[in-house]
Amino acid sequence: MNTWTVVLLAGAISIATKLLGYLVPQRWLSGRVISQVMHYLPVALLGALVAVQTFGSGSHGPAIDARSAGLLVAIVALVCRAPFLLVIVLAALTAALLRQAGLG
Amino acid sequence: MSEPAATAVARKGLLIGVATGLYGISFGALAATAGLDVWQAVALSALLFSGGSQFALVGVLGAGGTGAAAVTTSAMLGLRNGFYGLQVSRLIQKRGLRRILAAHLTIDESTAVTIAQPNTRLARVGFWATGGAVFVFWNAMTAVGAVLGNAMGDPKAWGLDAAAAAAFIALLWPRLTTTRARLTALAAAAIALLTTPHAPPGTPILVAATAAVVAGLLPHGETVEDEGL
Repeated sequence: MNTWTVVLLAGAISIATKLLGYLVPQRWLSGRVISQVMHYLPVALLGALVAVQTFGSGSHGPAIDARSAGLLVAIVALVCRAPFLLVIVLAALTAALLRQAGLG
Repeated sequence: MSEPAATAVARKGLLIGVATGLYGISFGALAATAGLDVWQAVALSALLFSGGSQFALVGVLGAGGTGAAAVTTSAMLGLRNGFYGLQVSRLIQKRGLRRILAAHLTIDESTAVTIAQPNTRLARVGFWATGGAVFVFWNAMTAVGAVLGNAMGDPKAWGLDAAAAAAFIALLWPRLTTTRARLTALAAAAIALLTTPHAPPGTPILVAATAAVVAGLLPHGETVEDEGL
């Protein structure tokens, strides 16, 4: 799949998903189990993305490097209720400075 | 039903738009470093228009995952927008093209503002103000970020890989209000890490979605509420 195909396909699926919410009768999807799974789906996917993005190293096992330090700083910033953008900037800065210093 | 209330809601929507615009810059930069050109990054923001899905899509591509894995991850993360639509469509009753536009603007931010309003009129003001402002700023700043990202050279030297992880944890953070949510996130993280060495890039994230299925199927003692933002 080339990049344009990925972009257009993901875009089309997104628009279709949003439209379905406006078109599908409520009772079809209001079941308790489905709405519970839907509630936890973003939690699981984002949790997995954090892990892979932070510790993933291709085909090898998990790796600890400058990204892990960045994540730690991001978590501290979130605990301190820092705004979204500051969290990202602090994490990037941490990783960049560590690499500048030859670490990670 | 006073005008000042409507102005306040509209201003809130505008401010949320500006804030998401700021992180639209980081999306644009990450998209550029994952190999998308400026037009592809802009098209993705305009057509997909859902931050979490977009970060995930470029995250999977940037990690060397296949296009199919990137699209699937993005589609699964975007499912919640359909569920927002179930709630929001009751308040925003439009037909034809306006309904399609309303559906496209139905995302985390606009839904949170809309359902927080005390009456239908303010809900509609909040919906269009927030959805419209987020759309304008998100797309404009994606373009800025993509141009900057292309000019920056090695993304790792700028810590942009750590920025992606930080974006995901910041999107996740407000959802970790219950013990079950925290356990679900940890289980999904563990599943993804354990399967990474054995599965094609991108697929460990999909396998980790089973944590959500288990969390949803187990009986509940506590009530679950939608946090929106």
